[in-house]
Amino acid sequence: MSTTTSTTSTTTHTVAGHALRTTVPVGAHYVEGSPLENAGPLASGTVVLDETVAPLAPWSARLLAGQTLTIVDVGGNQSADFLVYNAHDTDERYSVPDTLAWQGNAYLREGSVLRSNLGRPLMTVTGNEIDRQDTIGGACSKESNTLRYGFHTEHQHGCRENFLAEAARHGLGARDLVSNINWFMNVPVEPDGALGIVDGMSAPGKRVAIRAEMDVLVIVSNCPQMNNPCNDFNCTPLRMLVTDPLRETGPDNA
Amino acid sequence: MTSIADDHQTDSVLAARADARAQAERTSEYMPYRPASSSPVVPEGVDRDALVWAETVAPGGYTHKVIARGTRLRLDDPTGSACAHVVVFNALETNERLNVADTIKIPWQAYLGAGHPLLSGDGRALATITADTSGHHDTFCGTSSDESTTAKYGSAAPEGPSPSGRSRFLLAAAKHGLTGRDLPPSVSFFQGVRVEPDGALTFLGSAGAGTHVELVAELPLIVLIVNVPHPLDPADDYLVGPLTVHAWPGEPTLPGDPQFTATPEVNRAYLNSIDYAEARAL
Repeated sequence: MSTTTSTTSTTTHTVAGHALRTTVPVGAHYVEGSPLENAGPLASGTVVLDETVAPLAPWSARLLAGQTLTIVDVGGNQSADFLVYNAHDTDERYSVPDTLAWQGNAYLREGSVLRSNLGRPLMTVTGNEIDRQDTIGGACSKESNTLRYGFHTEHQHGCRENFLAEAARHGLGARDLVSNINWFMNVPVEPDGALGIVDGMSAPGKRVAIRAEMDVLVIVSNCPQMNNPCNDFNCTPLRMLVTDPLRETGPDNA
Repeated sequence: MTSIADDHQTDSVLAARADARAQAERTSEYMPYRPASSSPVVPEGVDRDALVWAETVAPGGYTHKVIARGTRLRLDDPTGSACAHVVVFNALETNERLNVADTIKIPWQAYLGAGHPLLSGDGRALATITADTSGHHDTFCGTSSDESTTAKYGSAAPEGPSPSGRSRFLLAAAKHGLTGRDLPPSVSFFQGVRVEPDGALTFLGSAGAGTHVELVAELPLIVLIVNVPHPLDPADDYLVGPLTVHAWPGEPTLPGDPQFTATPEVNRAYLNSIDYAEARAL
C-alpha cells in the first residue's frame, strides 16, 4: 500500500473509520491471515476489564489487590513488555534482581512472585501456559536499536517510547523506568553465558495470569520490534482481562 | 502465509546474533549519521569535517541534543513540507528556557527571520537566527496536542500514523530528565503564519522546497526538535516532509559582530548571556 509523492513516501491507514494518508514511517502490523486466538481469562472471578492493545501500542491499568490480570498472546510470540508499580507509592516498583534472587531462578514461571525494589510482593504469577517467561531481556528502544541493528533503525518506534508515553499519563518519567518483564518473549542463557532473544515458545491464545498482591499500576508496551524474533516479525494484538474474585457483576469500569 | 520471519534464522542465540549483525549495513531515508561527517546530505558551504550533529528526522519524528555555546545549528527543509517545532533550554539550568512571548515582544517583531533572538524568560538570548532563506515561520500556534491531533486526524497514538507534537516533545524531554511541566510553548520553522488586522491567524504554509534556517547557540543548550504538521496545516492528511539537521562548532554572538549591537534590546540580551557565561567560565 506504499505510494510515493514527489519525494516523501506515504502510506494509508484506517483511523477512526476514515482513510488517513501519512508520511510517518509507521511500523508493520501483522500480515493478513495471521491466526488470532482471543482466549478468555486464566483466572476465576468476574471480568471487570477487557481491552485489546493494538499492535505497537502502549497500555496501562490499575488493579486492586486480589484482582488478576490475564494477558492473552492473541497472535502468538508477541512480547508484552511489562512494568508494575505500587499504585499508592510509585517509588516502589518492579525489581528484576529482587525477583530473581528471591526465587533463585532466572526465568519466570507459575508461582513466581514479582517483587518490588523493597523486596515486597507486587504480583504473583498464578497461571502460565508457556514453558518460561523472560525478565532479563529488557525493553527495546530507538536508541538501543541503533546498537543492535544499526543507525538506520533509530527512527523506529520502540518499547521505551511506549513506556515513556504511557508513564507520562501517570505523572511518571524516565527516572521511573526500570528493567522489565517481557511476557511471551524467549531469552535463554546458554551454558557458556550466551544470551539473546530467540524464536519464541508461545502460540496464538497462550496466556499468563498475574494476581495483584497490593494495589498496583501496570504499564505495558505491545512491542513494536521488527528486527528480532521477539514478536515473530509479525506484530499482533494483546488481550488484557482483569478478573475480580469478589465482584459479582459484569464489566462496568472498563 | 508468507511471513517476514521466514527471512530470519533466529532459533539460537548465535543465529539470532548473526541475523541482527547482518542488518547493520542497511540504511534508511530517516536516520542519524554517525560520525556526523558521514552525512550524505551536507548543505553546500558547510565543512563536513567540522560537523558534530547530522541527521534526517522522519516525518512525525523528533530529535534532541545538548550542544555547546557557539554551536551553529542548521535546519533544512528539502521537500518544502517539513515543520520544525523547536524548544531550547539552558542546558545548565533547565528552568531557563525558550520564552516565546519575550522572543517576539522584546525585539518588537512577531515574525522570525535572520537576526531574531530566541530569548529565555530570564532576559538572555539562548540562540540567534543567523540565516533564513524561508521566512515562513510561526511564533503563535505552538505545536499540536493530542486533543487537536485526534480531532483533526482521528488518532494521536505515539505508535500511529499521526503523532502529536506535544507527545513527541514529551519523549524528547524525557531523554533529558524533563517532563511535561518543563515544556514551554514552542516556535516552528518552515510553515508560516501571519496575523490579519482583525487578529485572524492565516496559514501561509511553506516557502517551497530547499530552504533553511541557521541558528547559533548563545549558551549551552538542550535542543528539542519535533517534525510534525503545523497546527493550522489545512491538509486532511498527515503530510509532513523529512527535516535535516546539521551542527558544527562556532562562536556565540560577541562584541564586534554587527549582530551584537543590531538593536538596543538584543545588545542587552547578549550582554546578559555573556555575563552568565563568563561567571560560569564557559
